[in-house]
Amino acid sequence: MPNKIKVNLNSSHFQELDSFIDGLETTEGELISILHKAQSIFGYLPKEVQIHIAKRVNVPVSRVYGVVSFYSYFTMKPKGKYHISVCTGTACFVRGADAVLRDFEEELEIKSGETTKDGLFSLDSLRCVGACALAPVVLINEDVYGKEDAKKVKEIIQKYMKINSEG
Amino acid sequence: MSKMNITIDGKNIEVDSNSTILEACKKLNIIIPTLCHLDLHDLKMVNKSASCRICVVEVEGRNNLVTACSTPVADGMVVNTHNIRVMNARKTVLELMLSDHPAECLSCSKGGNCDLQHMAERFGMREIRVTGKSQSTYRKDKTVSIRRNLDKCIMCRRCETMCNEVQSVGALSAINRGFDAVVAPTFEVNLHDSVCTFCGQCVQVCPVGALTETDRSWEVIEALANPRKTVVVETAPAVRVALGEEFGYEPGTNVTGKMVSAFRQLGFDYVFDTNFAADLTIMEEATELLERIKRLKSGEKDVNLPMLTSCCPAWVAFIETQFPELLDIPSSVKSPQQILGIIAKTYFAEKINVDRKDMVVVSVMPCLAKKYEAGIESFKEDGNPDVDIVLSTREFAQLIKLSNIDFNSLENEDFDNPLGESSGAGAIFGTTGGVIEAATRTAVEWITGESLDNVDYKSMRGEEGIRIANLKVKDLEINIGIANGLGSARELLEEIQAGNPRNLHAIEIMACPQGCIDGGGQPYHHGNIDIIKKRKQAIYEVDGKKTIRKSHENPSIQKLYKEYLGEPLGEKSHKLLHREYDKKERV
Repeated sequence: MPNKIKVNLNSSHFQELDSFIDGLETTEGELISILHKAQSIFGYLPKEVQIHIAKRVNVPVSRVYGVVSFYSYFTMKPKGKYHISVCTGTACFVRGADAVLRDFEEELEIKSGETTKDGLFSLDSLRCVGACALAPVVLINEDVYGKEDAKKVKEIIQKYMKINSEG
Repeated sequence: MSKMNITIDGKNIEVDSNSTILEACKKLNIIIPTLCHLDLHDLKMVNKSASCRICVVEVEGRNNLVTACSTPVADGMVVNTHNIRVMNARKTVLELMLSDHPAECLSCSKGGNCDLQHMAERFGMREIRVTGKSQSTYRKDKTVSIRRNLDKCIMCRRCETMCNEVQSVGALSAINRGFDAVVAPTFEVNLHDSVCTFCGQCVQVCPVGALTETDRSWEVIEALANPRKTVVVETAPAVRVALGEEFGYEPGTNVTGKMVSAFRQLGFDYVFDTNFAADLTIMEEATELLERIKRLKSGEKDVNLPMLTSCCPAWVAFIETQFPELLDIPSSVKSPQQILGIIAKTYFAEKINVDRKDMVVVSVMPCLAKKYEAGIESFKEDGNPDVDIVLSTREFAQLIKLSNIDFNSLENEDFDNPLGESSGAGAIFGTTGGVIEAATRTAVEWITGESLDNVDYKSMRGEEGIRIANLKVKDLEINIGIANGLGSARELLEEIQAGNPRNLHAIEIMACPQGCIDGGGQPYHHGNIDIIKKRKQAIYEVDGKKTIRKSHENPSIQKLYKEYLGEPLGEKSHKLLHREYDKKERV
């Protein structure tokens, strides 16, 4: 079982987050950057992390949750080790992004917004990554796939499974 | 302040440079429509979210229309507020807003009081050309105090501003985006599981029917219709100076006599006064304060001072959720509402030989948190609550109208005894500073053993969120803090945590800005703060006209102690009139 995804809320993660917050000159106006950091540390933003951040930044938890729920980048569900984002912006959409998304859903047997049981893949759609010339565009973590690539869904998934099994 | 000249609809005006276009328009008697905008300057609340766009105007030289509520003036600015472009845009904005607003005005509890409805009237809306996405269907949320129906929310965010910036409670925040955007508690828990204190200030400022009280007036009708029940009513000091507004009286009209008469017409068996219970509160609270100060003077360490008043249930909920480490300092006295309830169901029930289960205590309050308070488990005996049903001032007015009573033609009548007699000290409980002034009148006389010549402690009156009064009574120096609005309460509590630098001995806290006169259950003020000031004046007039103005001189109170309770803080008083606090973990 892959267990490299950061979903456990261990104290070293909180320490890492705290030292990031301590390193800031001020926490005022820094909520979003703190949430970014937290998501990169924990992999997602569970309630406990939001409550912790609210205390550290001295704002109500409701405000933190307001920000987390507003931006689609932030997630309260653990993401997979390989997070797949299918662009469904206008340019990608007219070039068949909905079909690409459907292919991923069928291949991974999950719906958009969900994570596979083994924690390896999660799937989401987003709006316009600004690479319309490549449409339809798919992002997998930092990797970008466009045009014809994006239609070879099965092969792409296998590629990551292979990378994972090789460690 | 530097000045700027601007032209609006062809008229010139000079305004302060920090004005908005909206403020400049007001000076020219140009009435720009607003919905999300709310300026309660004296209560430290200005909602400038500029989210509704109904106030758009044209500024010459700018491509886009601008919102009058949030756009600052600039020297030489030329503004058009009603050319066809502006009127078209405004109409479209309103149509879009109405396109996904449930058209339930006939059965909406804000009907007739809804700013959106008024806006549609003002615009003469006869058709809505836009059919939006099918109306949102966010789940309804109902607590004992407040109902949330977010389908009616127009995202003005007044409630959010009130909850966060004025009250510092932090229960509400705007979440999600687009059609999914709503104002909700953290993690979308139900309001009951959030840090909400049920102060109801969000309801008071909500322009539409998204936030309303949980209406229980029909249960009162049922109780009154039940021949086996003895139905008792109690009413708070702030109700009588606001109720008249619902029947066309000038704000600040004291309608006590007609109100009592209305209760009798409705069929209540006994009409009692929460002011009586306020007097009783003072007997206990003043004793408690003197006892704590005495311990301090005798050199005892760690005396739980400053003593905080405990009449306001929203404030109690606030300290229980936000400052649990300070729970040993509030007075342990119950609120007047609960005290009247328990005295009615013990002392009075015994007197008239009625079982408490056959007695229904109805309470009419300016407050929505009182609804929550009445449901607290420790205020029940074998499941039977000390106070059965709590109505807001608004619900009570509705009940009068529903029962075909012509309020204006009612004769003045008096409360029933013995739980209807009250002093002027009990009356001022309804405004900020009143509880501690009432307690001071009694405490000072008890310390000096002499009768006070002047009972008006003007130093405790006022409008500021935090006020301090320093008293010298014989060789005792007593420092008093007063906070109104939970944001101000938070400031004082943080000061206490930081070592109580002003050496305060007692602090009065009321959750609502200006106290109960501006409670969440009062007639809607629609942003007109003069109304609150007039209610306050009326409260002090009620006090001024009383012959008895000190709680301990109320003969019915003296009799109650003699016949039943014994002495303040005595065994029976303690059992019936005091309470404990619970730490609450909420988000």
